[in-house]
Amino acid sequence: MLLSIDLALIIEKFVLIAVVVMTSLLVAMYATYGERKVAAFMQDRRGPNRAGPFGLLQPVADGLKLFFKEEIIPNFSSKFLFILGPCLAMLTAMMTGAVIPWGDKVHFLGRDISLQIADINIGILYVFGVVSLGVYGIMIGSWASNNKFSLMGGLRAASQIISYELAMGIALIALLMVTGTLSLKTMVGFQMDGYWNVVKQPLGFLIFLICVFAECNRTPFDLPEAENELIGGYHTEYSSMKLGFYLFAEYINMFISSAVVVSLFFGGYDIPFMNDAHMLEKVGTNWMALMHVGMLFMKIAFFLFLFMWVRWTIPRFRYDQLMNLGWKILLPLALFNMIVTGALVLLHQNNWHF
Amino acid sequence: MQPLTNKSKQVSRKPMSLLERAYLPAIFRGMAITFGHMFKKRPTINYPEVTRPFSPVFRGLHVLNRDEEGRENCTACGLCAVACPAEAITMEAAERKPGEEHLYREEKYAASYEINMLRCIFCGLCEEACPKDAIYLSETFAPANFQRKGFIYGKNDLLIPNPVTEPEEYAKAKGGRVKIK
Repeated sequence: MLLSIDLALIIEKFVLIAVVVMTSLLVAMYATYGERKVAAFMQDRRGPNRAGPFGLLQPVADGLKLFFKEEIIPNFSSKFLFILGPCLAMLTAMMTGAVIPWGDKVHFLGRDISLQIADINIGILYVFGVVSLGVYGIMIGSWASNNKFSLMGGLRAASQIISYELAMGIALIALLMVTGTLSLKTMVGFQMDGYWNVVKQPLGFLIFLICVFAECNRTPFDLPEAENELIGGYHTEYSSMKLGFYLFAEYINMFISSAVVVSLFFGGYDIPFMNDAHMLEKVGTNWMALMHVGMLFMKIAFFLFLFMWVRWTIPRFRYDQLMNLGWKILLPLALFNMIVTGALVLLHQNNWHF
Repeated sequence: MQPLTNKSKQVSRKPMSLLERAYLPAIFRGMAITFGHMFKKRPTINYPEVTRPFSPVFRGLHVLNRDEEGRENCTACGLCAVACPAEAITMEAAERKPGEEHLYREEKYAASYEINMLRCIFCGLCEEACPKDAIYLSETFAPANFQRKGFIYGKNDLLIPNPVTEPEEYAKAKGGRVKIK
């Protein structure tokens, strides 16, 4: 019976994938709007307010503008890779969403449908793998542009992501030692029963958050696309929707990274100060799932706001400062965090109570 | 040499303390500042919907005035054109025919009256020169145009609406500055 295919399961997963992808796109779309509004508010401006009520149609107008612009592929570029670059960036940005538990489960047509596309037991490793693949979109695109500024941007992106991936991984190892699982769903489950992981791993959270900023190429780590030094960095030669894909991928990355941070450290879809079992009896599975998803999105929205808040507060790092921070500060800190956590876990397992 | 001000300060080159080197406190302070700005009052005026109030002495687009019976005041004497330092005003005079007494107040009137708004410096000397209270500077300004000739305003653009037939438009165009004797 191992090979018998459950058609309903396939349909269910397809629908779920479609919904998650659409949601990511929609959120990314309105994240651009949010970015502009937040930037405006922090600078005492009004922001986009002409297209539709409160400027809500602005992302649609922006998207249409990008579609209608002329598509330029430079003569001196390597054409296949030039097109592959933005595709890869978009693809890897979307892929991470597969292992994030968006909610517990819904009961529909007599089936229990889990609100997670794939509950694989190495969820976090998968996230890592895909996130580090994300740099290939930038690297390939920048190299294929055959432009020195693009190449500089690509180089910066590559070395930056390698430097910060290490600290990020080690910060997570400490978290894994505390929770003892690699599956995101199980991890969220633990946090629903006990404290959120941010209480157990505050330093780990801080390191992870800083690394996530670096992985998403967001200010203060946006050196790959530093406009005033590199004329846009890796997307200098890109125009029209290919540029749009790069910019879009950044916002999808932000959304998915926020979801990962929330799932790992802030209890995922857990609603704080609420007895879930008690509530479940009162409102039923589906309403419960809706509340969970709503809670998750509220947390994600906060982190998206944090991304923007930081972007419009602090200036960009110089490149040597960036490397210093990554290798000389974050990496030793992460190692220190790992060792201390390991020692505490060991003591705890040997019946030391504290 | 004597320093010009007493504001110059010696640059401090002492190494940063641990708290300063940690950066995070400074970043949090910066973030608190930007967050505070989110709730500040915004100085921007939503222009086409809301306009900035003009001062009572604002000199804007010209208006050719009518009397209370709706007759044009202008007699094409040309004093405004003479007074104009930018030489923006040209006009042609014509004689009032019998039967046109309800259109023009006096025997002579301006058949055409043009102001080049690109030349006009909105000094208001035409308003002061006019012996007939025929020209006033209103509280609006010339809207943008795609062509130079669009800025040459003729009588159609300048004449105030008739107070007898269109009192509302007249009151609106009149604004606060036009005085009727």
